[in-house]
Amino acid sequence: MEETKIQIKDFFSRFFDVDNLADDIDIFANGYVNSLFAMQLISWIEKEFSVAVEDDDLQLTNFNSVNAITGFIERKSSIVA
Amino acid sequence: MSEHKIKVLIWDLDNTLWDGVLLEDKSVSLKPGVKDVIKELDRRGILQSIASKNAHDDAMAKLKEFSLDEYFLYPQINWNSKSESVDTITKSINVGIDTIAFIDDQPFEREEVAFVHKDVLCLEDSEALSLLERPEFMPRFVTADSKNRRLMYMNDIERNKQEESFSGPADKFLATLDLKMTLSPASEEDLKRAEELTQRTHQLNTTGYTYNYDELREFVESDDHDLLIASLSDKYGTYGKIGLCLVERGQKFWTLKLLLMSCRVMSRGVGTVMINHLISEANKAGVTLRAEFVQTDRNRMMFITYRLGNFEIIDQDGDKYMLENNCQNVAETPAYVSLNVVRNERVDLVEAV
Repeated sequence: MEETKIQIKDFFSRFFDVDNLADDIDIFANGYVNSLFAMQLISWIEKEFSVAVEDDDLQLTNFNSVNAITGFIERKSSIVA
Repeated sequence: MSEHKIKVLIWDLDNTLWDGVLLEDKSVSLKPGVKDVIKELDRRGILQSIASKNAHDDAMAKLKEFSLDEYFLYPQINWNSKSESVDTITKSINVGIDTIAFIDDQPFEREEVAFVHKDVLCLEDSEALSLLERPEFMPRFVTADSKNRRLMYMNDIERNKQEESFSGPADKFLATLDLKMTLSPASEEDLKRAEELTQRTHQLNTTGYTYNYDELREFVESDDHDLLIASLSDKYGTYGKIGLCLVERGQKFWTLKLLLMSCRVMSRGVGTVMINHLISEANKAGVTLRAEFVQTDRNRMMFITYRLGNFEIIDQDGDKYMLENNCQNVAETPAYVSLNVVRNERVDLVEAV
């Protein structure tokens, strides 16, 4: 889980400064993100963690913070396993 | 689809653009009339590139001698297969493969390209002079943006070089660009460009609806609709008019019928700025913001943009969606772009009474 968080922040760092980014900060509400980032985030999650992000999964609450993404990946991975 | 427009023409060099083979004959001469074709296509906003098996530096020097070097974006002069070169150009310019035409005198090369890219229009060298009469090479309008298209792409190449050599997060780079976005009601002169945008834009298009000049004009004159056009500039120059949105204003909710952005500004994050602006306006008006969305095989990015932009699915019928944002939360405009909103000066009759 901690490892996933590090991976996510590492990915984020390509787009914005993550030095003081708390795990529960809503990155979408805070002007960090744009549509390209959103698209790349989804593609990255699908590739990096081998999970399929379905249309129904495209909820802001699944992706709006480090914690949310970590939780989403864990839920998706456990279904596959 | 009946009228398929070409956005990029890729030229072979030896015996297509010029007579002779450069490796064998240093004094090749341009085919008669070809230069005029190149210049006219350029004026129409059709981009051009090169896929040639040649020594790069020699061929570029020859093009320079003919004063043609500046007309070609991402020229691929190397020993790769032409299909690979076509692929590289298509990806670099970021257009759909079905908007590419390729002209070459050798049947083998045309077949090789057609085999790998079945949607590419492959032409023989003998067809070069008649290109200008073909409907695929005739945009309905030539706008200021089409005439400047190549230059705007050249600016992009310069920007991209800077971006590639920039180490650090993307938003830090964007902050160095001094991005300025202007949103204004479309004027009469904007309608040609607006029509062009609805017809040229597929990836970053929420519904794929195309509107012609007259339809767009009706929206501009309608009291219930706002047709907004976005332009963008930065320290390297203008990107031109790069975005469009059509909003239908109702009592309880507004409906975004169409939102599209030119692919050239994909990495600038300005689509979100446009959506945020509308959410903020809807919030002030006390309405919600709905958005029509029609799924295609190319526009998933826009679906993700809406969905992660807090738009809920309130209705779905096959590939058609109705999305809604309650407009309670207005996200901040990213710090790297400044937004200038030009208001319509139409007199509001209701308030006047």
